[in-house]
Amino acid sequence: MKKTILSAAIGAAAIAATAPAASATTLETVKAKGFLQCVVNSGLAGFAQPDAAGNWNGFDVDYCRAVASAIFNDPTKVKFTPTTAQTRFPALQSGEGDVLFRNTTWTISRDTALGFNFRTVNYYDGQGFMVPKKLEVKSALELSGAAVCVQSGTTTELNLADYFKANNLQYNPVVFEKLEEVNAAYAAGRCDVYTTDQSGLYSIRLGLSNPDEHVILPEIISKEPLGPAVRQGDDQWFDIVSWTHYALVQAEEFGITKANVDEIKASTTNPDIKRFLGVEKDTKIGTDLGLTNDWAYNIIKGVGNYGEVFERNIGEGSSLKIKRGLNALWSKGGLQYAPPIR
Amino acid sequence: MKKRATGAPASDFSLRAMVYDPKIRSIFFQVSTAIIFVILVWMISHNVAENLARSNTASGFDFLKRRAGFDIGDSLIPYTADSSYGRAIFVGFLNTLLIAAIGIVTATIIGFLIGLGRLSHNWLISRLCTVYVEIFRNIPPLLVIFFLYKGVLGVLPNVKDSLEIPGVHIFLNNRGLVFPKAVWGEGSVWIAIAFAIAVVASLLIRRWSYKRQMATGQQFPIFKVAAGLIIGLPLLVFLVLGAPLSFDIPQGGRFNISGGSSILPEFFALYIALSLYTGSFIAEIIRAGIRGVPKGQTEAATALGIQPSTTTRLVVVPQAMRIIIPPLTSQYLNLTKNSSLGIAVGFPDLVATGGTTLNQTGQAVEVVLIWMVVYLSLSISSSLFMNWFNAKMALVER
Repeated sequence: MKKTILSAAIGAAAIAATAPAASATTLETVKAKGFLQCVVNSGLAGFAQPDAAGNWNGFDVDYCRAVASAIFNDPTKVKFTPTTAQTRFPALQSGEGDVLFRNTTWTISRDTALGFNFRTVNYYDGQGFMVPKKLEVKSALELSGAAVCVQSGTTTELNLADYFKANNLQYNPVVFEKLEEVNAAYAAGRCDVYTTDQSGLYSIRLGLSNPDEHVILPEIISKEPLGPAVRQGDDQWFDIVSWTHYALVQAEEFGITKANVDEIKASTTNPDIKRFLGVEKDTKIGTDLGLTNDWAYNIIKGVGNYGEVFERNIGEGSSLKIKRGLNALWSKGGLQYAPPIR
Repeated sequence: MKKRATGAPASDFSLRAMVYDPKIRSIFFQVSTAIIFVILVWMISHNVAENLARSNTASGFDFLKRRAGFDIGDSLIPYTADSSYGRAIFVGFLNTLLIAAIGIVTATIIGFLIGLGRLSHNWLISRLCTVYVEIFRNIPPLLVIFFLYKGVLGVLPNVKDSLEIPGVHIFLNNRGLVFPKAVWGEGSVWIAIAFAIAVVASLLIRRWSYKRQMATGQQFPIFKVAAGLIIGLPLLVFLVLGAPLSFDIPQGGRFNISGGSSILPEFFALYIALSLYTGSFIAEIIRAGIRGVPKGQTEAATALGIQPSTTTRLVVVPQAMRIIIPPLTSQYLNLTKNSSLGIAVGFPDLVATGGTTLNQTGQAVEVVLIWMVVYLSLSISSSLFMNWFNAKMALVER
């Protein structure tokens, strides 16, 4: 009889495991489990990296915390799924994570064939090259014959092939799956050139034993709009993630910071800001989004505005010292622009 | 018990009989197992299809024909970023095959030497071999690969300070071993044909000489003749054709040594690590096989006046092979499958190129299916070959 009990148990377990999930929305699921499951990089200084105590820090991590603030009014209600370039998409597709914040480039095939939705760009990046100073390379066009270290399964790998082909240059690809392995190979001199998004190069250079001996070449060979991705088919969730970014940008435009948000909320007479922070009477902006009306207030209270998140993790206030450049507000010559919140 | 059973009502009796009838029981269990299996398979495939449809992920194998767009560092066949995903996966497959094939040969040689070494009466040799076996058998293969890779990268010099064997243009640095590439000129296909003819001829001569020896007892210097044929015939054709061979000599470029052929450190680390690791297991299998031949066999051969070397060759080894071959097959399969660990050091094997394809196209289910089918068919073909070999080597009882 043991056998039948066992097979019955296996059968029941299989049914339980394969039964299609009830059609709860992502927001309902997240609220029910009490935390946001965020897919991030396994370790890229400034963007997503755990510190010695195991606390995650970084630009992408703060975005996860911003979404958690919007939902739970608590930036700590996040759990992180660290992924490699190759495992990030299956992690989101399979539902292991609720949202992907992993310096991921928005491309049309990822938006369509992979079944994801992209809308916002939280960091405008471009692919660059880093070489040791002693090679005396001034331009990427001099790189013919070089060995190039690159992470597999990235748009970087494809841009690299296209750029060298277009310029009729030869190269030997040295490809690894994990960022840490690419770093180690570059540090060991296995390749002459390291290529990835420029923001990544700054971050990686910092991790080398002698950052001053490496130079980042001026060429930017691609557009790399980095932004969050969610699964297709849940528009409400897509809106929440998108408008979290817009709220961060709008807050910077309004000059609302983590420090002064309470004061402004209490004293402002500006109708735009009142509507934004949810103090306008009978506003429905937050509830229409599926959140509370003070969702934007919660985001700013939790992580600050876009400028603060930027400066703290990758800007002048960090060791990466990346300039705002394209990521300045539209009013300051950059590309960061939020649609009207009304 | 019997009495109570007969005393029971008739219907109860037949039910009991059915429950305890081994035949009915076995049918019941087999049928229920089959049903559960079918239901499981159906549920899994249905679930996959449904999830794919729900997540709007594209499916099907059409992506194999599309342009890959990424480069591969180490390829046995011509491959560029313009080639298709299918070809990229095929490049990876060939790399896997290459590692498996030469790894198996090297591991077998290492295993044989170490295994015999452990049986040696020389204390030092046998202890050294024991140390070798215990070290490599007890370290996970991934660590052996890492150790060799980091070791190779750490020890070897930079390109600028390459070690060079002067005169023959062989360079060694942390980008690999670079050596002149043979470029075969026109008509060189005839050399290959000559080689093939020589091999076939040697086999025929061997058969003939064996028959003659059986019939007349006369021996024929088969080894010398075969060696002469296999080396001499292609050489003769080569000279007749006017030596159509040139070399692509590697030269120092601005960044790398360009030209020539090269063995990359990733390949080297993976190949040596797998050979050493699997070799330690094979050594134990060989030792067990030889130990497994009863001592009486050797003694009987000695009593018949057969020389010790002939005894080993014709009495001990054939019997040992029966014990050796089945576990040896498992080790070969292990080595083939362990070659997928090459992804850790960036060797572009099937898993690596397939993984990149997976990531660029997002077609996880299809790529994983390809992986499984390829490894399965590789393993099954080596199993079949080894089974055939085993049957050939099996003791023929009269």
